[in-house]
Amino acid sequence: MTNTQQDVISTDVIIVGAGPIGLFAVFELGLYDMKCHLIDILDRVGGQCAELYPEKPIYDIPAVPVCTGAELTERLMEQIKPFSPTFHLGQMAEKMEKTADGKWRVTTDRGTMLEAPVVVLAAGGGSFVPKKMPLKGIEAFEGTSVFYAVRKMESFRDKTLVISGGGDSALDWAINLQPVAKHVTLIHRRDEFRAAPDSVSKMRALVASGAMDLKIANITGVSGQGGHLESVTMKEEGKDPVELPCDSMLAFYGLTMKLGPVADFGITFENELVPVDTATFETNLQGVFAIGDINVYPGKMKLILSGFHEAALMAKKAFPYVHPDRRYRFQYTTSSSNLHKQLGKDE
Amino acid sequence: MHIYCTDIEGKVNELPATEEWSVMEIIREGGIAMLAQCGGSCACATCHVYVDPAWKDKIPPAGEEEIGMLDGAFEVTADSRLACQIFFTKELDGLKVTLANGSM
Repeated sequence: MTNTQQDVISTDVIIVGAGPIGLFAVFELGLYDMKCHLIDILDRVGGQCAELYPEKPIYDIPAVPVCTGAELTERLMEQIKPFSPTFHLGQMAEKMEKTADGKWRVTTDRGTMLEAPVVVLAAGGGSFVPKKMPLKGIEAFEGTSVFYAVRKMESFRDKTLVISGGGDSALDWAINLQPVAKHVTLIHRRDEFRAAPDSVSKMRALVASGAMDLKIANITGVSGQGGHLESVTMKEEGKDPVELPCDSMLAFYGLTMKLGPVADFGITFENELVPVDTATFETNLQGVFAIGDINVYPGKMKLILSGFHEAALMAKKAFPYVHPDRRYRFQYTTSSSNLHKQLGKDE
Repeated sequence: MHIYCTDIEGKVNELPATEEWSVMEIIREGGIAMLAQCGGSCACATCHVYVDPAWKDKIPPAGEEEIGMLDGAFEVTADSRLACQIFFTKELDGLKVTLANGSM
């Protein structure tokens, strides 16, 4: 499908990254009547709080003695509810360009096109993408016979498939692809699985019936020709490495953060971080801001609370780009009837 | 006090060590670019190291959380640990670790 002009969504601010800082930016921008659209590669909000430590306690949020990553995300979502942000989840911001009328257009890998006078990069450590296996020569097979996600189950029909990993993704796909593939061998480093108990039982039953193989081993090499995998080398503890013939491999080792396409947006990066002015958190591009873990300045500390502060100062500088005809008026949420209106608290 | 960290090229680096610091922090402070993406909360497996077998008994064993998290690391062996979960004490002066693939 080709996008026409009508498909472009116009808004006040595009936020790249729906982690805690991107979410709080919605609040600070919303107080000053700026509407936000957020893009995140994960299929849920919360960023690192959702992906890395949803159950781990955080102790350094002011006035919140303790909350988990998931709880922090939940509370931020409640706090920004009055501003009804729009989320574009499971999408990666792929391209940013200047439009003829001086706005920024951001396009995602799913073809969503957003336009706004302000872009806020709150992308933390970058996009969460599947960890790639650091095996010699594996690049030659990636995308043709080594995969880190399943797009179409049919593409594994009648394949001799190796699935590597011991979590929910590995087990779910082993169970689901077993009837489709010619043969499935699940390889995991230990005979314990961090997955839903039901999936573990199903997998064990398939192995016991001989419908699937399970090997407790590390994969130490891949070989094949012309992008076509022919075997993987696996090493069982205390044994010599053996070659296991196969024509496809799926590897599930969790996610890692990679900077990704934002590096090519025209924003200046130094060592994968964006230098910013600490009065405004604006980047080298006018109307483009960077807040949270992705920015750098003298004295920077990668703390959630620093990102919150950065969001407030960013919003102040963003205001004239969005409302060039209005004057920014600093107010307190405790007393301002105007802010109460924005928060939906006016009686 | 020091630790010895063999980097991915096989070069041995002598790094100054501070008591109570995690080995991950010591490696990073020593100027070695280790990913350690979660910042030391045992949540990402990108600070995977191999501990020299001669030192293994001097380090408290890995907890259940760390063992589980190692599922997200590559080429895990009996010497595998997450560097953020090893805390330096003076008994560990001279500790030898080797960076694993996927941690930088």
